[in-house]
Amino acid sequence: MTIAIKVENISKKYKIGTAPGKFRYGMLRDQIAALPKKLFKRNEGQAGVDYIWALKDVSFNLEEGKVLGIIGRNGAGKSTLLKVLARVTEPTKGTVAVRGRVGSLLEVGTGFHPELTGRENIYLNGAILGMKRAEIEAKFDEIVDFSEVAQFIDTPVKRYSSGMYLRLAFAVAAHLEPEILVVDEVLAVGDAEFQRKCLGKMNDVAAQGRTVLFVSHNMSAILRLTQEALVMQKGQMTLRAPTNEAVDFYLSSGQSQAGERTWADDEVQASAAPFRPLSLKIRDPRGAVADSVRSTEPLSIEMEYQLLAPVTGLRVGIYLSTVRGEYVFTSFDVDDAALYEKHSTRQPGHYISKCTLPGDMLNEGRYILGFNASSFGVKRYFMDENALGFTVDPSGAPGMQWAEQRQGPLRPRLNWAIENLGK
Amino acid sequence: MTEITKTEPTTIYIRPTSGLAALNLGDLWHYRELIVFMIWRDIKVRYKQTLLGALWAVIQPLMTMLVFNFLFNNIAKVSSDGIPYPIFSFTALLPWGLFTTALNTASRSLTSNHNMITKTYFPRLILPIASVLGGLVDFAIAFAILLVMMLYYRVVPTWNALWALPLFLLLSIISALGVALWLSAINVKYRDVGYALPFITQFWLFITPVAYSSKVISDKWQILYALNPMAGVVNGFRWALLGSGNGPDILVAISAGISLVILLTGLIYFRNMERTFADTI
Repeated sequence: MTIAIKVENISKKYKIGTAPGKFRYGMLRDQIAALPKKLFKRNEGQAGVDYIWALKDVSFNLEEGKVLGIIGRNGAGKSTLLKVLARVTEPTKGTVAVRGRVGSLLEVGTGFHPELTGRENIYLNGAILGMKRAEIEAKFDEIVDFSEVAQFIDTPVKRYSSGMYLRLAFAVAAHLEPEILVVDEVLAVGDAEFQRKCLGKMNDVAAQGRTVLFVSHNMSAILRLTQEALVMQKGQMTLRAPTNEAVDFYLSSGQSQAGERTWADDEVQASAAPFRPLSLKIRDPRGAVADSVRSTEPLSIEMEYQLLAPVTGLRVGIYLSTVRGEYVFTSFDVDDAALYEKHSTRQPGHYISKCTLPGDMLNEGRYILGFNASSFGVKRYFMDENALGFTVDPSGAPGMQWAEQRQGPLRPRLNWAIENLGK
Repeated sequence: MTEITKTEPTTIYIRPTSGLAALNLGDLWHYRELIVFMIWRDIKVRYKQTLLGALWAVIQPLMTMLVFNFLFNNIAKVSSDGIPYPIFSFTALLPWGLFTTALNTASRSLTSNHNMITKTYFPRLILPIASVLGGLVDFAIAFAILLVMMLYYRVVPTWNALWALPLFLLLSIISALGVALWLSAINVKYRDVGYALPFITQFWLFITPVAYSSKVISDKWQILYALNPMAGVVNGFRWALLGSGNGPDILVAISAGISLVILLTGLIYFRNMERTFADTI
């Protein structure tokens, strides 16, 4: 088989300012002030500046026609890798040899102009994505069909609903036909129907024998679309394995011990302040931190965090989802109206929010807990959708007399009654 | 969906480029359609949701001309080489308007399209180039007005206009593009450009013979004066259309040389900065 992408020791260094976010743009003044220092102490110029390796010595080959998933936490270097492959940014070191035209879908609707009509934006966006005019013309009807906005095609897109906008944008992108397609998280937006459609289209693309690189936080999408996946951690590639294995590895990584997830300083983005997550733990009824819990027993979830300043309207909570990416439920510590009233403003300090999940609730399988801290409609301080994975063991659960896999994420013990109504 | 065409795909190498990387003009040619699309987009949206629309392309130079006429002709009584002052200044305002519009739009072209730069690959040169060329439409509209004015004042253009006007137009585009490349690339990193630009254009207007004739500059300063490429352009326009001045001479050659130097250094600087656009923008 021919190699479509050959990545050799790719590294990418970013400069991070000493006060992140505060001085986002360099100012000429600073440069001018620093000039004498630069002239006389050539090497010292580097001292005050911190560098971060967003990618460090990443190497892999991808054969033609393969679909490769890339998974990793925020800041693991996934997007940087895609940006390098898409030629948006240059690597600091290393080489990539790419055989064929690369189409990058790092975002849908790049270059869309709100004042232009749908028709005009199709041409514009197509050209930005690297399509020839003739190519766009040939596929125009197909694109419009796919987008389902035919009747508004001559309306400026600023009048579109966000759903229509997305559908049109994705339609153009989906009809790009490069030999290699690089896709980042575009499926994370839009409603369920739209996501299904996008996934379907991605399946088609893969089935046509194109080479695809796909980054997503949606484990079910990764599992469905890819046979193989890379796991990235802190800019490095830690594992390349069949997707099942890679997803499992990813979900159990970052846990300092089984059943517990802790966050180091560099894992929390500065934008989370004044919220600082510390840990997320699962305990069995005996109080032990556990990675595997029994379906029949209650389990408690503890979220430990610090507040560095008072926060109004804060809610800290969990998302529970299956390993396939389907949500089971969402719950926040101040869901109870009285409790919300009582904690309307949380003072600085060290907190634990904990709750208990009753026994006889979850079916056997692997689950993922997400961690969220936000003030509704104001700010999302912190969010980690894949914070901690745990396994539910079914022994003793209802229906265990049959060796079968029960459908669905719940396994409640219901009070069945059987009435014999006679003959 | 059509089948993938089974032509042998070419291999692209992505690696860190060294200081003076190749300009990669071939790539620019490959994306030439995108230049056309970007110009078309800029023109389409430029006067959207304005009451007067493309009339602005006429109003701006006309109003400036009227103000100049009042200040320099009626009050200061500046010499206009025997040509009716309105035409004298309007002829100069055409390339000058092209130049300043180009600087204004092109210097912001990279930052205002930052989502394109951070999300997709295309030769970044396309953005300033399209901004500069987009000004040609306004230029054409204003040029039509100039022709009407020439009819009214019964000024007959010289035959030189046929060959010289396109050349001087090209020179003004080269000058604008050269400066625009510098400004747009600097603006990615230092937003000071946005604040400095109004000054720069205002100052530049003073050292360009738009409101006055370059003859008021004494001979010993002429060489220095010619270092401003727009001085050569404006004199050239007046000579070609109105027959004033001596026509192309050493001073125009100096202007042309300077604008080429600005363009080349601009290209090199732009290429150098291009590598980090997506990271710093």
